Amino acid sequence: MSAVIESHDHDDHHHGPAEGLTRWLYTTNHKDIGTLYLWFSFAMFLIGGAMAMVIRAELFQPGMQIVEPEFYNQMLTLHGLIMVFGAVMPAFVGLANWLIPMMVGAPDMALPRMNNLSFWILPVAFFILLSSLFMEGGAPNFGWTFYAPLSTTYAPPSVTFFIFSVHIMGASSIMGSINVIVTIMNMRAPGMTLMKMPLFVWSWLITAYLLIAVMPVLAGAVTMMLMDIHFGTSFFNAAGGGDPVLFQHIFWFFGHPEVYIMILPAFGITSHIIETFSRKQLFGHTSMVWAMTSIAILSFVVWAHHMFTVGLPLAAELFFMWATMLIAVPTGVKVFNWVTTMFKGSITYETPMLFAIAFVVLFTIGGFSGLMLAITPADFQYHDTYFVVAHFHYVLVPGAIFSIMAAVYYWIPKWTGNMYDERLGRLHFWLSFIGVNVTFFPQHWIGLAGMPRRVPDYALQFADWNMVSSVGAFLFGASQILFLFIVIKTVMGGKKATPEVWEGARGLEWTVDSPAPYHTFSTPPKVS
Amino acid sequence: MNEGSRKTIKLLCFSVLGMFTFSFALVPLYDVFCEITGLNGKIELEATTNQNLETESGRDVSIQFVSHNNEQMPWIFRPSDSQIKIQTGEFHTATFYVKNPTNKTMIAQAIPSVAPSNAASHLKKLECFCFEQQELAPGEEALLPVRLIFDDELPDSIKSVVLSYTIFDVTDYNDVEMTQHHNDNDHHDGHEMEPSL
Amino acid sequence: MFKKATTTINKNFAALFLAILSSNSFAAWDDLNMTEGVTAISKEVFGLHMLIFWICVVIGIAVFGVMFYSMFAFTKKKNPNPSTFHENTKVELAWTIVPFLILVLMAVPASNTLTKIYDDTEGDINIQVIGYQWKWEYRYLEDNIGFFSNLTTDLDEIYNKTPKGEHYLEEVDEAVIIPVGKKIRFLITANDVIHSWWMPDFAIKQDAIPGFINTAWTIVDKPGTYRGKCTELCGKNHGFMPVVVKVVPQDEYDLWVAGKKEEALKMAELTEKTWSAEELVQRGEGIYQKNCVACHQSNGAGIAGIFPALAGSDIVLNNKARHLEILMEGVQGAAMASYANQLSEVDMAAVITYTRRSWGNAENGDGEIVVPTDIVEYKKPKV
Repeated sequence: MSAVIESHDHDDHHHGPAEGLTRWLYTTNHKDIGTLYLWFSFAMFLIGGAMAMVIRAELFQPGMQIVEPEFYNQMLTLHGLIMVFGAVMPAFVGLANWLIPMMVGAPDMALPRMNNLSFWILPVAFFILLSSLFMEGGAPNFGWTFYAPLSTTYAPPSVTFFIFSVHIMGASSIMGSINVIVTIMNMRAPGMTLMKMPLFVWSWLITAYLLIAVMPVLAGAVTMMLMDIHFGTSFFNAAGGGDPVLFQHIFWFFGHPEVYIMILPAFGITSHIIETFSRKQLFGHTSMVWAMTSIAILSFVVWAHHMFTVGLPLAAELFFMWATMLIAVPTGVKVFNWVTTMFKGSITYETPMLFAIAFVVLFTIGGFSGLMLAITPADFQYHDTYFVVAHFHYVLVPGAIFSIMAAVYYWIPKWTGNMYDERLGRLHFWLSFIGVNVTFFPQHWIGLAGMPRRVPDYALQFADWNMVSSVGAFLFGASQILFLFIVIKTVMGGKKATPEVWEGARGLEWTVDSPAPYHTFSTPPKVS
Repeated sequence: MNEGSRKTIKLLCFSVLGMFTFSFALVPLYDVFCEITGLNGKIELEATTNQNLETESGRDVSIQFVSHNNEQMPWIFRPSDSQIKIQTGEFHTATFYVKNPTNKTMIAQAIPSVAPSNAASHLKKLECFCFEQQELAPGEEALLPVRLIFDDELPDSIKSVVLSYTIFDVTDYNDVEMTQHHNDNDHHDGHEMEPSL
Repeated sequence: MFKKATTTINKNFAALFLAILSSNSFAAWDDLNMTEGVTAISKEVFGLHMLIFWICVVIGIAVFGVMFYSMFAFTKKKNPNPSTFHENTKVELAWTIVPFLILVLMAVPASNTLTKIYDDTEGDINIQVIGYQWKWEYRYLEDNIGFFSNLTTDLDEIYNKTPKGEHYLEEVDEAVIIPVGKKIRFLITANDVIHSWWMPDFAIKQDAIPGFINTAWTIVDKPGTYRGKCTELCGKNHGFMPVVVKVVPQDEYDLWVAGKKEEALKMAELTEKTWSAEELVQRGEGIYQKNCVACHQSNGAGIAGIFPALAGSDIVLNNKARHLEILMEGVQGAAMASYANQLSEVDMAAVITYTRRSWGNAENGDGEIVVPTDIVEYKKPKV
């Protein structure tokens, strides 16, 4: 216990934030840092989205109209990297920063200065990554999964910058996770046992452990790549006794838990929102915790379901098929619990609830296609086709991204003190909902009909649905400009929000003012 | 910062370092795991030390030999016999004809691969040109041997095996002494060559 | 007795149900669904696909049904006083165990089909399949036949200058020919990066990994032309290296094999004969279109900074020896590979001559040609 009296204890007037632009550079305040992460992620979402627009524009019709195949490969690679590492993950970290301290009754995150560093290295990492577009040989063009030897022996010179950028992003995530775990494990208000913790906090606790476990493995994989490229080693080079498939094992050992990292916080958010707008306590709180934990543990033993066609032995294929199918059980439990929460509730359909309900339905559809993919012999027909693209976009876009949008609508009154415009919010929802389904549902069919992924052009039988998908994508993309407008408008003003904001909202964050004071819970609350 | 927090931070930092080390450990672990579970689809690049492989009562197995030059490596490389029939538990020596048709000394590494993959752990080699890099002078040719045996635990369902060798060019082109060929750096035509694909 | 009757009825109903679930009733929606294919395995795979799909549909209807019902029946207006139940261990156990059992139900047929696919007995015909950037090579091991398979769709179609043909991006110069009813084993590897060989109608997909060999097998029941794709990102023309397999009756296959062997013999004759510059240029143009345009472009201009121009190139104009060397050995550390193993001596001589005589090169340079015997000479030992 430190002997130094915390400086803000004897100031009863809480310091407001510092003045000027340097406030944002030097801040150690979890609310400020949360805001930084969220704006950064929104910017990355729009940049990654612009690349998606280039991709869908090229795929609008058969033939090459807009870009060359080499550049197209750079677009699809960067789109994936930016969305995964620049949009989805930082958004969830931003939400963690804003919400976890308030939800557990802590004054801030455990390591506020490391928190600042965790954020500020991200713009550096993405500046390096995006600047590779202007380097000789172009940006990375080997897919966000960067398999060797395409990404080692055959890679453009920018691959070294790509590796550097990934290391920095990884460091950011690892430091952020350390912060989250220490905060949750050591700074909860007295009386808040683990099982009394809100589900968003639980979801982030589990996510943070996953990050600690697998981000270093990604760092290992890219370091091995660096060594193969520059230091003459042969981790992934058959000529030197190495194995390209080893890369895939190491990458997916990271990669599979990574996709659960991108969805667990979404599960947490959905639980909060459905509970509030059903005005009914979440059904099965304990099993929701159990379900998230078992999903996280199982996520470590299913990685090779991304590798069913590399020539694994039969025993391995069977094991990974069964283990993957098993994940459907705890995931199903969660879906049943959300539905049961709504059953006999007292429901209203404000924008956060619309996004949360859409999440449950559309994520479940993504889960169904995931179950189909788990069936190994069938996967021989689905793997590396648009069926897989449809699956992961369903779980990530109307999955993770919708949950982030839901969270923003849900908590922005707490952050800003202003209600967002409900009519505009609903418009944004419906445009996004229609856009997302028109874009990605036909991709199931195109994949089943035989179109591979990561191609800039296709045979004529795929033309009609590709055109439909592209139109949906343009609609979805344009709708996000509306979202930007709504957010800015809300930050600048709107109907004043009460502390409670939503009827039926539970949790410590709803006991403080809206907007939340710069420092909350300097004295820990008592939790019963 | 309370004591609990400090402890947690230390533990987490160790875990991070541990997982990073683990990812490098995955490289040898991959091979160890394959050996223990017998799921080994890869072929060893060293001679077997097992003395008890020969038996009298083996069964027929046919072997198909297949060759490939990686990246259009310019050597001529082909098996002397494309298909043979041998007994399990009986040594056999196969040869591959190889020739360097260029005007510089080159070094190759042959990498073997077997199908079906569950035959790999039963294939033992006493001698193989894949154990070492092979150097050939300009125009030189050779008959490279493989002395191999299938142990009698080869699963009964496997009646034929494909043994494939891919040769890779591992010549060090920066070794001026070795390569009598003029360096690729003297392009006088002024066209830029992109150094990678 | 009553019990027996219901059991029988239930069994029959279950069988009918299962048959419908895995049946081809939706194959009519061909653009929207997976192909049933033309092999016993592909049909089993299709059946599995449909089975899982229908199970998911049923579960979806059940779950979304409850949800949509709740959304309409339990609005705040209609149900201002929400219930307060928030746990029920029995129900939770039930909806953990029942899904688990449904998964087991799916896993059994899936495991059976997968085990069949992993059949490791030998094939009647063994074909080595090698993925290159960006084409396939096929070698028939028993008959010692080999050829490359390149996309033949014109660049003009791709760049929207001419209308697209029926088999746009799905047509090759030489398809794989196999006989009906025989067991064909494919031995799949790659020459450079990882590719993947996919034949949807045979339900075969295996990655082509440099230095390693993967196997797949098929027995095709129905003659026809079947088209597939490369399914692993392999660089810029990943979308432009299709797979085409023609399944023909046995006698047609035998004829084809004989024809290929004759072709090889003829090639030897062609190498020996005397060629005129015009003959070489004419032949060379076709070779160039197939192998070189992707990088060096139809007009020989290359792409600035990436692929050198051949039109006006010093080597092409004035340095026949170096020109030959590059084609035969590739360029270390650059994208230009050796074509010695890919082109016959005739084709090699033709394409070199074509580039030395095109795009104004004949007038501006030494205009020297290369004949097949030059290539034969080059391959001889220098010591």
